[in-house]
Amino acid sequence: MLLLTFIQNAISQGISILFGATGEIVTEKSGNLNLGIPGIMYMGGIAGLMGAFFYEKSTETPNAFIGLVISFIVTLLASALGGLIYSVLTITLRANQNVVGLALTTFGVGFGNFFGGSISKLAGGVGQISVKTTASAYRAKLPLLHDIPVIGDLLFSYGFLTYLSVIISLLLAYFLKKTRKGLNLRAIGEDPGAADAAGINVSRYKYISTVSGAAIAGLGGLYFVMEYLGGTWTNNGFGDRGWLAIALVILALWKPVNAIWGSFLFGGLYILYIYLPGLTRATQELCKMLPYVVTIIVLILSSKRNKQENQPPASLGQAYFREER
Amino acid sequence: MSKEGANKEVFLRMSKRDSISRTKAWTIRLIAIALSLIVCALVIVFITNDNPIQVYLGIIDGAIGKKRRMWVTIREIMTLLIIAVGLTPAFKMRFWNIGAEGQILMGGAATAAVMIYFGNSMPNWLLLLIIFAASSIAGMLWGVLPAVFKAYYNTNETLFTLMLNYVAMQIVTFCIVFWENPTGSNTVGIINGATRKGWFQEIFGMQYGLNIIVVLIMTVGVYLYMRHSKQGYEIAVVGESQNTAKYAGINVKKVIIRTMMISGGICGLAGSIIVSGASHTISTSTADGRGFTAIIVAWMSKFNPIAMLAVSAFLVFMQQGSIQIASQYGLNENASDIITGVLLFFLIGCEFFINYKVEFRGNKKGVQ
Repeated sequence: MLLLTFIQNAISQGISILFGATGEIVTEKSGNLNLGIPGIMYMGGIAGLMGAFFYEKSTETPNAFIGLVISFIVTLLASALGGLIYSVLTITLRANQNVVGLALTTFGVGFGNFFGGSISKLAGGVGQISVKTTASAYRAKLPLLHDIPVIGDLLFSYGFLTYLSVIISLLLAYFLKKTRKGLNLRAIGEDPGAADAAGINVSRYKYISTVSGAAIAGLGGLYFVMEYLGGTWTNNGFGDRGWLAIALVILALWKPVNAIWGSFLFGGLYILYIYLPGLTRATQELCKMLPYVVTIIVLILSSKRNKQENQPPASLGQAYFREER
Repeated sequence: MSKEGANKEVFLRMSKRDSISRTKAWTIRLIAIALSLIVCALVIVFITNDNPIQVYLGIIDGAIGKKRRMWVTIREIMTLLIIAVGLTPAFKMRFWNIGAEGQILMGGAATAAVMIYFGNSMPNWLLLLIIFAASSIAGMLWGVLPAVFKAYYNTNETLFTLMLNYVAMQIVTFCIVFWENPTGSNTVGIINGATRKGWFQEIFGMQYGLNIIVVLIMTVGVYLYMRHSKQGYEIAVVGESQNTAKYAGINVKKVIIRTMMISGGICGLAGSIIVSGASHTISTSTADGRGFTAIIVAWMSKFNPIAMLAVSAFLVFMQQGSIQIASQYGLNENASDIITGVLLFFLIGCEFFINYKVEFRGNKKGVQ
């Protein structure tokens, strides 16, 4: 039973990381290393929460489903906006990707914490914001199926975003491997010059993949505030999960399917310290290092082995200027 | 679909500028700053419903309105400056050291350790020297690790240094458990609060005099090192092209490792300036994102120390000011991160107009 709870918790820890990592894989496949993902996830989370909050405040009897639709859309818009800022600066204005990404993370985390901490005051109320009604829709489990003993708990005890995250990853894997557009996208990440010469519109692909990648990542923030926290906000509560998402991209070797099991592994490593017996408070902290240490090891091993298919996209982090080829 | 794209490109033509006069470049930057200030004002006014002029007076008051506030602002400018200076050699070599955050934390942890364990066994000047050495070495170790793997296996340094930040953060949390004071608070508290051992002392009657001196020495030192030493030249060559460097007989591996030792060492030293020169305590928020902000400062200043000082001063000024605004309206202090973010977007974006000419098609015809 303890193992069952562990797996369940590992999965629910992993889902926001999976959204972030899937979004980042789409982005990185186009050659853009978006270090703004942690900020975008904060933006997506707080935007969804604010959408639901203002909706629930505006009506006497809020409807959970409408709250869900509103917060979902608001999250997509806010996080896509984050991706758009990044894209305009790096793709059109040719600014350095690392610099823009870090600025975006500063902005996004500040944005989340500012509105999360001040929203009730701004709305004229006092106390913590809480959107229980909308959150209940996010937390709703599949009827019937989750009553099956063990399997029901293991597989069907999550809200719909959990399944959505896995579906998006699978769709992305299919898109990258089997479709023409996916091939084009990978070509851009590997060699934008050649892709351009082959008649692929590099800027358009980069824009679309970065903005939609950001939107997907934003859902990770939404998942965290709605399903994981049950519709509340704590400043910096999302912690460093955004950076874990970027780490997961490395661990998954830029493959969406690996990201799925990788996210569960990361989630497990992230909370392992609670379940390991005999740890002192100090060793617990060392244990929390594990996801990052594992990532570093994978990074070293994959660069040491130098296998073609396990490498980052060749043009990752480099801007593409047609006239500077 | 593609026709539309083609049309756009013809309508707007971008070309790289060969050179731009200094005045013109700074005019563009000043316009960007002015625009960013307007956008920030709009954001604040939208939130607080207050008169924008009032808001900016509040920012000025918050940053330099009182003597104490002004000194805090100066202290923060110096801290940001030394980190940016520390990152300069690495960036000049095109080594993306995103790990300043972790290097600062390790330097800070080493500082705290020296203050706690040797605080009562030696005179303060000796203690400070040991603190400088220990923090630099700690930062150096944290910087050299990714450099070694980059040199030998070409491991992606952006991601490696990024991961090390969080490892450093956990090491600090680990240390806090041992240094906890008072027990159960999960913080270290003010170290040597009564004895002030290991604290930076007042110099010339200025509380943060020593911070300023150390930072300026490092700034001038790095400037001279980069400009006038053989090693500085080697760094520039490796940054331009590793192949050229190899052809010229430069030992690229050695340069990468040595440069990152310097870069990490200075960032570690910045940790000691934060811990013994300012906060006198250590926590996971000791670096507080400065390592990331400094990356942007160093990069935007094109590694020019004067520009670095100016950019740091501007950012810190706005940060300190907006913290004041936020507390005035009972909002939380993260408002300053939003302001910083907006400023950075504009400053980053305007570089494009310095490097590139944008011509409209109509314009060009008129000229011809």
